[in-house]
Amino acid sequence: MQERLEKVLGEYGRSPADLIPILQHVQDEFGYLPQETMDGIAAHAGVPKSKVYGVATFYTMFRFEPLGRNHVCVCRGTACHVRGADQILEHVQRHLGIEEGETTEDGEFSLETVACIGCCALAPVMTVNQEVHGRLKPKTATRTLKKYATADKEEGQ
Amino acid sequence: MTQDNSSRTVLVCQGTGCVSSGAVPIYDALEAEIKAAGLDIRMKITGCHGFCQQGPIVIVEPDGIFYSAVKEKDVPEIVESHLKNNTPVERLFYKDPVSGDPVGEYRTIQFYANQERIVLRNCGHINPEVIQDSLDAGIYDGMKKALAEMQPAEVIEAVKRAGLRGRGGAGFPTAVKWGFCAAQKTDQKYMICNADEGDPGAFMDRSILEATPHQVIEGLVIAGYAIGATKGFIYARAEYPLAIKRLEIAIKQAEEMNLLGKNIQGSGFDFELEVFRGAGAFVCGEETALIGSIEGGRGMPRSRPPFPAVQGLWGKPTIINNVKSLSYLGDIITRGPDWFHSIGTEDSPGTAVFALTGKVANCGLIEVPMGTTLRKIIFDIGGGIIGGKKFKAVQTGGPSGGCLPEEFLDTPVDFATLAKAGSIMGSGGMVVVDEETCMVDMARFFLNFTQYESCGKCVPCRMGTRQMQKLLEKICAGEGEPEDITTLEELAVSIKEGSLCGLGQTAPNPVLTTLRYFRHEYEAHVNEKRCPALSCKALLEYEIDQEACKLCGTCKRNCPADAITGNKKKEIPFEIHKDKCIQCGMCYTSCPFDAIVKLSPGIKKEEPEPVAAG
Ligand SMILES: Cc1cc2nc3c(=O)[nH]c(=O)nc-3n(C[C@H](O)[C@H](O)[C@H](O)COP(=O)(O)O)c2cc1C
Ligand code: FES
Repeated sequence: MQERLEKVLGEYGRSPADLIPILQHVQDEFGYLPQETMDGIAAHAGVPKSKVYGVATFYTMFRFEPLGRNHVCVCRGTACHVRGADQILEHVQRHLGIEEGETTEDGEFSLETVACIGCCALAPVMTVNQEVHGRLKPKTATRTLKKYATADKEEGQ
Repeated sequence: MTQDNSSRTVLVCQGTGCVSSGAVPIYDALEAEIKAAGLDIRMKITGCHGFCQQGPIVIVEPDGIFYSAVKEKDVPEIVESHLKNNTPVERLFYKDPVSGDPVGEYRTIQFYANQERIVLRNCGHINPEVIQDSLDAGIYDGMKKALAEMQPAEVIEAVKRAGLRGRGGAGFPTAVKWGFCAAQKTDQKYMICNADEGDPGAFMDRSILEATPHQVIEGLVIAGYAIGATKGFIYARAEYPLAIKRLEIAIKQAEEMNLLGKNIQGSGFDFELEVFRGAGAFVCGEETALIGSIEGGRGMPRSRPPFPAVQGLWGKPTIINNVKSLSYLGDIITRGPDWFHSIGTEDSPGTAVFALTGKVANCGLIEVPMGTTLRKIIFDIGGGIIGGKKFKAVQTGGPSGGCLPEEFLDTPVDFATLAKAGSIMGSGGMVVVDEETCMVDMARFFLNFTQYESCGKCVPCRMGTRQMQKLLEKICAGEGEPEDITTLEELAVSIKEGSLCGLGQTAPNPVLTTLRYFRHEYEAHVNEKRCPALSCKALLEYEIDQEACKLCGTCKRNCPADAITGNKKKEIPFEIHKDKCIQCGMCYTSCPFDAIVKLSPGIKKEEPEPVAAG
């Protein structure tokens, strides 16, 4: 892990202004922000570790836990809200058996909500692994999730 | 409509919306099919046409034919019938939501015909990843002219004469802001494009960045030149990966052609540009918070003055403009300030760009002259409310804005009229709602959002929005008391007056406007425990209309709570058991015969409360 971290840090300058890009890159590299990387990041950017945590916890994009294999984001923006996003979210939660912010026990799916994906004309919308799925109904939402679950299994075989 | 194929171009939209509907394989299939047919036709990918709802969109030029919801299997027919035999495929035409007629030529589609596109002019017509397309469309002409023929002060004067007001929300006169910054004498200034687009339900800026990134870059250089900044940033929202990718490509191309970088086009002016990827915080759309975020900290606003134009990024004079404000600049220089000023209203010249969404038939990105009425936007361009339902309200300005009822439909839209009605122009989100949307729930929705997004720095916003949110939740849950409404009003005033930044100062607007125009809905919730729009779960009941029920059992299969009993074979009627029902609405949406009835009966006669012995 330290080696991969060094490689990421090597691409950035050593100033506090690089902190957010560094955190983003570390998260892209590991899928989350491992606790073990915090000291290295703080030392590189020349800021106290508390500042690294302060920044990382302020922005919703950063997470300290790894995601499941499939990352599901249900949009709860205004356009999606008035077109029934709540029902989609509830249905997805029931289908996966988890609440938003959680990961299924088998590590297959993580569920989050977002404020708007920018595809409001297709509301209600969710993304799975950054692919956008629009005009959802409760049933099409679960059908979409099933496709991702099986696609993974096929790849694994 | 016969066309020689060598002059034909087939445009396939590759905006986020169309890609999600499957536009990438359609491009590949079209390319393969055209090649197989031995036709000499140009293909082009484009950014968003603003009509994502109809995607994937394929346009054939110069015929001007617009194909909507194209599927891969339609591709051979388009090639064979239209491109080979000059007979457009009517089956794939857009259908007018009012008349139901197919409309082939996109210029005659009501959604487009009623628009006046300046900022969006090139969206959907040029390939955002090929700089030559942008140059051919005249992008960078304004910048070249400004750098070669005008002094910075003349650029500011032109923008002033044009009367351009910022499109990021508040409508502050752009030239005035620039003037403050230009007057500062210092070694370094910064020019920032605000592409944080935080309004949840709006996508104007995203579409512009994806479709014509060079237009925004041109605007940044012009603005940088005017104020004397040599370094620029585009602060882009983290949720917009495609926009970020296209911007990065565009910057690289512009640098290669010396449209960015040192001594641009031999003018002696240097301008360097960088994309800064946001990390997910609504408040970072506020300019001082945005600056804090680029500096590498928690994006929290600070009090102004000093304004960023005097003391901004790293303490240096900084101007922040919205994507749309910057997108007008090239045209203002080439076509002249008087041209711009002649569009729109005296108070708000130019056009307004809206993301029209919600319960309208035609959802999408639109651009109209300022002063256009809401009725024209919602009914002529938007095609009216879907499903023949009744219009209830239109929400503008996102979490900082308000909900306006029917009586405002004939109001011409500009900065002043919307503000007078208690809403704001905002960045351009426009969400239309029908009779099925509860206005108390709408207010609750926005307060949930602002409460969550409040950065926590100042108390009125942090604590106040939380209190308002709790009260609204209480009312939606059917537990509201009459004094809650007055408390909401009092809180709204204190939060407006006491908050540090625009987030808190405008957070009560959704509550204030709904209280002003839809007070009866609050009263129904509080006094009668009834949701007139049949939307608040806690106040709902579902029943089966036995006459309409065909005993198909779909509701029972779909009910996640096992609250429905009945059996077709044994002819046991279906029934919903209230004690088990969780009001999720699955039966209601899944019933093929509309046999489920949604009710909000309100309070029945209650037992008089026993008087406690004293
Ligand atoms: C909470 C909050 C969020 C904001 N979000 C945005 C935004 O997403 N995009 C934007 O351009 N301006 C936003 N603004 C307005 C900016 O602070 C600023 O006024 C604007 O970018 C100035 O650009 P303009 O003069 O071109 O309008 C926001 C303001 C506040 C208070
Ligand atoms: S509101 Fe859901 S994508 Fe914008």
